Amino acid sequence: MTKNLKAAATAIALFIGATGALGADKPTDPQIAHIAYTAGVLDIEAAKQAIAMSKNKAVVEFAETMLRDHEAVNSQALDLVKKLNVTPEDNDTSKALSQAAETKRQELAKLSGAEFDRAYVEHEVAYHKQVNGALETMLIPAAQNGELKSLLETGLKLFQGHQQHAEHVAAELK
Amino acid sequence: MSMAVYHAAVATLLLGAAAIAAPSQAETIKVTIDRLAYAPAEIEAKVGDEIEWINKDSLIHTATVKGGAQVLLPAKKSGRLRLQEPGSFDYICRYHPNMKGRITVRP
Ligand SMILES: [Cu+2]
Repeated sequence: MTKNLKAAATAIALFIGATGALGADKPTDPQIAHIAYTAGVLDIEAAKQAIAMSKNKAVVEFAETMLRDHEAVNSQALDLVKKLNVTPEDNDTSKALSQAAETKRQELAKLSGAEFDRAYVEHEVAYHKQVNGALETMLIPAAQNGELKSLLETGLKLFQGHQQHAEHVAAELK
Repeated sequence: MSMAVYHAAVATLLLGAAAIAAPSQAETIKVTIDRLAYAPAEIEAKVGDEIEWINKDSLIHTATVKGGAQVLLPAKKSGRLRLQEPGSFDYICRYHPNMKGRITVRP
């Protein structure tokens, strides 16, 4: 538990740290698009790991929802950047997120059964909290394009739903 | 019970009840889902009416009454529920529990 909390705190610190690394300037639309898309891809990868590893019905159903929803939103995001002629731009926040996700994936790979289930779902709660915080305080306020802002706002509502869903599953696993 | 079997069972129940109970002036009440919100979120109906949820999102949603009926609403599709008993029912989306609605059913 302490270890998980520590990992979550580290991830959040990384996120904030990396955000700071973007400088006093707010992230640009191409950077925002890259961060949002990356956040989705990472959760899809985590979901695939859970679907392969877990035998718990509620956990697998949750993971399948993550896979389906984040794929749907990312495909909308791709359509939008194409339409707006924006090329998503890699940045320190995206890199920090990817790095934290890779560390988590390796950590989870060492677990199995109920231990894996709990760790995965707890991480999903923490991860969605982290992404929602970033959307609310940084990405949505900084977005310049109206359509991008609107997609991020829908994304926030969706990820808040995922966070609640994860919290329900976490409570079931206790 | 698998999801498909569960839905089939619910559908059978509903169809059975509809055949017996549908009054002549039963109405269909439409609820639209757009960007993870039921609109209108609160509706009033009477026993025998049918609710049609029209899902405009590219996401799968549900209308799930706690301990009761569940209607699966695939992306860009709609689903229906015939109201069989009076009462006030809160429902949520199974996949996005922050989506909330309420149906008040008069006898
Ligand atoms: Cu939903």
